[in-house]
Amino acid sequence: MSDLRKVIIDDIEVEVDPHLTILQACELVGIEIPRFCYHERLSIAGNCRMCLVEVVGGPPKPAASCAMQVRDLRPGPEGQPPVVRTKSPMVKKAREGVMEFLLINHPLDCPICDQGGECDLQDQAMAYGVDFSRFREPKRSKIDPDLGPLVATCMTRCILCTRCVRFATEVAGVPEMGQFNRGEDSEISSYLGAMLTSELQGNVIDLCPVGALISKPYAYTARSWELRKTESIDVIDALGTNIRVDVRGREVMRIMPRNHDGVNEEWMADRSRFIWDGLKRQRLDRPYVRVDGKLREATWGEAFRAVAEAVRGRKVAALAGDLAPVEAIYALRELVRGLGGTTECRLDRAALPAGNRAAYVGNAMIRDIDTAGAILLVGTNPRNEAPVLNARIRKAWLKGAEVGIVGEAADLTYTCRHFGSGPGDLEKARDGLKAAAQPVIVIGQGALTRPDGAALLAETMALAEACGAKMLVLHTAASRVGAMDLGFTTEGGLDAAIDGAETIFALGVDEIDLPEGPFVIYQGSHGDRGAHRADVILPACAYTEESGIFVNTEGRPQMANRAGFPPGEARENWAILRALSAEIGMTLPFNSIAELRAQMFAEIPHLGRIDQVPENGWTPLATGNMTDDAIVNVAKDHYLGTPIGRASGTMAEMSRLRNSRQAPPLAAE
Amino acid sequence: MLRRLHPDQPESFAFTPANLEWAKRQIAKYPEGRQASAVIPLLMRVQEQEGWISKPAIEHVAGMLGMPYIRVLEVATFYFQFQLAPRGSVAHVHVCGTTSCMLCGAEDLIAVCERVIAPEPFMVSEDGKFSWEEVECLGACSNAPMALIGKDYYEDLTAERFEEILEALRRGEVPRPGPQNGRFSSEPLGGLTSLEGTRPGHKGNASVELALALGDTVKRITGDEPSPPVPHAELQAVEPARDDVTEERSADEPAAPPFRLDAPRDGRPDDLKLLKGIGPKLEARLNALGIYHFDQIASWGPAEIEWVQAELGPAGMGVLKEDFVDQARALVESSGTAYTQRKLGSD
Repeated sequence: MSDLRKVIIDDIEVEVDPHLTILQACELVGIEIPRFCYHERLSIAGNCRMCLVEVVGGPPKPAASCAMQVRDLRPGPEGQPPVVRTKSPMVKKAREGVMEFLLINHPLDCPICDQGGECDLQDQAMAYGVDFSRFREPKRSKIDPDLGPLVATCMTRCILCTRCVRFATEVAGVPEMGQFNRGEDSEISSYLGAMLTSELQGNVIDLCPVGALISKPYAYTARSWELRKTESIDVIDALGTNIRVDVRGREVMRIMPRNHDGVNEEWMADRSRFIWDGLKRQRLDRPYVRVDGKLREATWGEAFRAVAEAVRGRKVAALAGDLAPVEAIYALRELVRGLGGTTECRLDRAALPAGNRAAYVGNAMIRDIDTAGAILLVGTNPRNEAPVLNARIRKAWLKGAEVGIVGEAADLTYTCRHFGSGPGDLEKARDGLKAAAQPVIVIGQGALTRPDGAALLAETMALAEACGAKMLVLHTAASRVGAMDLGFTTEGGLDAAIDGAETIFALGVDEIDLPEGPFVIYQGSHGDRGAHRADVILPACAYTEESGIFVNTEGRPQMANRAGFPPGEARENWAILRALSAEIGMTLPFNSIAELRAQMFAEIPHLGRIDQVPENGWTPLATGNMTDDAIVNVAKDHYLGTPIGRASGTMAEMSRLRNSRQAPPLAAE
Repeated sequence: MLRRLHPDQPESFAFTPANLEWAKRQIAKYPEGRQASAVIPLLMRVQEQEGWISKPAIEHVAGMLGMPYIRVLEVATFYFQFQLAPRGSVAHVHVCGTTSCMLCGAEDLIAVCERVIAPEPFMVSEDGKFSWEEVECLGACSNAPMALIGKDYYEDLTAERFEEILEALRRGEVPRPGPQNGRFSSEPLGGLTSLEGTRPGHKGNASVELALALGDTVKRITGDEPSPPVPHAELQAVEPARDDVTEERSADEPAAPPFRLDAPRDGRPDDLKLLKGIGPKLEARLNALGIYHFDQIASWGPAEIEWVQAELGPAGMGVLKEDFVDQARALVESSGTAYTQRKLGSD
């Protein structure tokens, strides 16, 4: 950028974009300004006053650096660059004054506060606080509103930064928090005691710079410094949210989002964040073998012998479920191909064309939504299928993008033009897409799982091509793109794959009912629908317990890391398959996950380029006949869409609350 | 002061038809998408109609403006002027307790409130007709102490007079607002010292007259009140006097030639080019018209200007635009304008 402005910040001369705030300019030169209310992804409030700096030659008072732009700084009398001081005595005194005011009503809760150890106020009080209080009056007391099962409140700690209010209004798009009253009596609350309904509400816990809004499920269970933190990837939806898994001992204590501008920014859906109690319940901790119609505990050796018996000389079909990492699917594919069996991952019968990556992933990145002038949603409810992505679409909408929908209309937190519900209404969106800059089409599984899904996908691709739009296929299963990349498919889809199969190897298949008849080997982490149907159960790791690659809905391979250990005798998915292959007598040619990955990357190189989205060559599909039936969105329960979610008490409670809100109120008798 | 919604809320709220019309006119004042700007007028009208703001009213207003309930609740709890609980059915009395009023006896007025209305502010009196609160300065310091009842100021109060007013209101009368000690408005207590006799025929100051014309000024607003009379309607018919006479001229005054000379006095014409807007050409034409001196130009009135403009044609536009008359006057008074001083200096 040519129009740069020179500023001197603490004797460092720097040229910056004049639209930056002083706070951002300071960050560019590596000076961190303390702040509470300022957050780079929210609007600027300027009400905590912690970021005060001295502007030399400006008004003789400290200026709030978060709310003042560099272009508003005046040059010196001879045209010298403006001077900002962040460490002068005036600044220190001003910040100490602010801190003293903030601490006046802040309780000395730190020893019993969950935020202790990771509290902005605590940290900054170390720098700017004084060791005594001059305040002799009674501290104010507050009513703690009940915001629901996820967010606990302790409003005496609140410093009224309004981050949560701004988040709910701007990012989540559900204005359900507000600041009431004024002055000393100001309080943050929901509307007259209503519970929060947003599916992104957990983020206010991260945003809260103090311990006023804290995680209810995590409350009083651990201190932040006892936790071992592992960076990983979320698998509850297909977005591939970057997460950090905090573990104490063997136990996952909480899950937090990590920043990734290309995927989730720094938000996280509640169903991913509060899932961890599901990792402890309903776990398969030892192998089981069905004997005389009843599942009976077994040793690994017995289970393997039963499996070997079941696959030898029989027609085997292998199915990959929603949560399996790429490595496990690869190992299973190698094993089953050796047995001459069939493989399939499109369990919902989605018309994802094998081999055509532009058609089953699309060519748009999640990032492209930010710059899109128009976004068309086809057969998807992103608020239900990927709430963080929905927040991103909302962000684009706030910046002026037009959003249209073909399919089932829903409340998506932004105004959305409903073109129609049938495939024929796709045509109506053409003009709007053509007129817009860098349009993006998001096609969901609701459109692809129809009987005419292939034709609808082809039609959508043709529309995208004609309008110069990019297309994003919004998946609902974290493993799906990876499995498609591995070619874990059979011509003809699920029905062809299991047609005539005598043995079905189900790798975490919990979302569909398997047919009666075949012998079912279930490998997975939770005792859910798949395990109930199984004849042999092989207990495996959940996503926090093994290292694995997941390819997200935009086709970005990301590496999940092991944060803890699986319960009992459960083992890593790939290792079970490797051991099983030896039992069958067709030993897979790798002895470690590194060897497995080396082989897999040799075959499919882009899986090895972690965190890079490959370019997909655009191959149009042959169009076909479409019916006029209305497109129906995927009817997955938002909170209970995975076996982990179904095992989680928190998710069950959230689902119950949501259903009770949506149910029509019972008539009073 | 921590304020919350009242525990007992009515079932519903609706504007009266006339108030609804009024509210719609308020909303129409703002451009599409900015209807939320009307939230304060609408809430105020709710309060004028009902006496207080209830939860159904907040939700009704939010619905009218397309705002989330929570945003309207924020506004309603922020402003102390909005009453969030039922108040006296006749009036909610605001007694000013800030410095001037306090020094002049506001505490006595508050004592009256405590005795006659209710022992605590915001409490409704036993008969349900009154409630009171102490407010910050209402800006009537020269008539302290004072109280705001309905929409009118009752000023120069004494405890006795204040109690009389409250009793009158209780009986359903509306006492005369304004100063209660015979003052007209905020003139000195000892009477006018200048501009005496300038208020013939007025029954009171403008706000008192308005209140008297309206009659019942403490009633709840339903929206179909008669519109208040236009103050000083008799004065508004007369064209306001303008001091800038050079620009204004009534049409019936004919253009008149200015004072002209056959030749410059003493054979020495003034350098008319010193006036901003006059060059050698225009100077020659003015000389041809018999205008040689600054004092000639300085004496022009509107009629003369029109004549000169007519004579000069398009070139004469500058006479008004550059205001030759004023410039010339300044030169005649020998101070000169900044332009002429610069010009003289440069010569």
